[in-house]
Amino acid sequence: MTTQAMTAGRAPMPGMKVYNLKLGMWIFLLSEVMFFTGLIGSYVILRFAHPEQFAEPGQVLNINLTAFNTFLLICSSVTMVKAYAAIQQGDQQGLKNWLLATIVIGASFVGVQVYEYIALAGEGFVPMAEAYHAVGRHMPHDGPAIGGQLYGSTFYTMTGFHGTHVSIGVLCLCFTYWRAAKGAYTADSLGGVEIMGLYWHFVDLVWIILFTIVYLI
Amino acid sequence: MSTGETHKPPPYMLVWVGLFVLTIMEVFYATLSSIPKIWLAIGLMAMAFLKAYWVAIYYMHLKWEPKRLWLLVSVPIPLIMILIFVVLNEIF
Repeated sequence: MTTQAMTAGRAPMPGMKVYNLKLGMWIFLLSEVMFFTGLIGSYVILRFAHPEQFAEPGQVLNINLTAFNTFLLICSSVTMVKAYAAIQQGDQQGLKNWLLATIVIGASFVGVQVYEYIALAGEGFVPMAEAYHAVGRHMPHDGPAIGGQLYGSTFYTMTGFHGTHVSIGVLCLCFTYWRAAKGAYTADSLGGVEIMGLYWHFVDLVWIILFTIVYLI
Repeated sequence: MSTGETHKPPPYMLVWVGLFVLTIMEVFYATLSSIPKIWLAIGLMAMAFLKAYWVAIYYMHLKWEPKRLWLLVSVPIPLIMILIFVVLNEIF
């Protein structure tokens, strides 16, 4: 352990053997695991209890668009981890470049989600609608009703909370970039980049599960 | 990752390729209508958990963290299991 690392607050603490900032982030992420588990658990029980209120995969939601969005988030995870790897080597420019790429890709994910919401709402798929006669791509507007109130409310709750997490993550990434531009991070003082990465990868991890449960099953 | 520890650089790009391929496989698998719904769900969840595992292990660097952090991270697992069983109990 170097003196610089000690002063940067990255000294492994006795007990958990990781520095406090990272331990705090992990505990926060574990609370987030329980939060999203609660949401997903509610969705599963409602879907099993009222299958008539939910549509088949691809009937209402655009799987191809969301698969592309999933790809974007996966790419942002690799750029984030590359930013961390760059500053581990003391590469300040690499850190800034990879952080900027993560910000752009993360913001693009939010943009695609907003586009998806607008498109779905335009087709009549809104939270708490009694029935969706007009929803679904390639479906006639006077076609049969698809799903019910539960589908829209659970879909927008889960994806909305996740989208909010991504948006907050993008703002935090901007702050991290601003600090990186000021030269705040070095190979011995990179705790801020590491915990930012932990949050960002967690958001990616949650989306991987949500994408499968909400869009594919 | 634990401060001061040295190890071989993680295969970040290889993991990225793996995540990309599994995502494509998931989307393709979800369109197979010949598979019973239960096997479809099990297959898709298996692929999703494998992807989540890779992200946690390689991108969140859990692989190189102290065992005590692993213990901490595993705390929600029994809680999630309890939640799932309570939920299943409500359904069936």
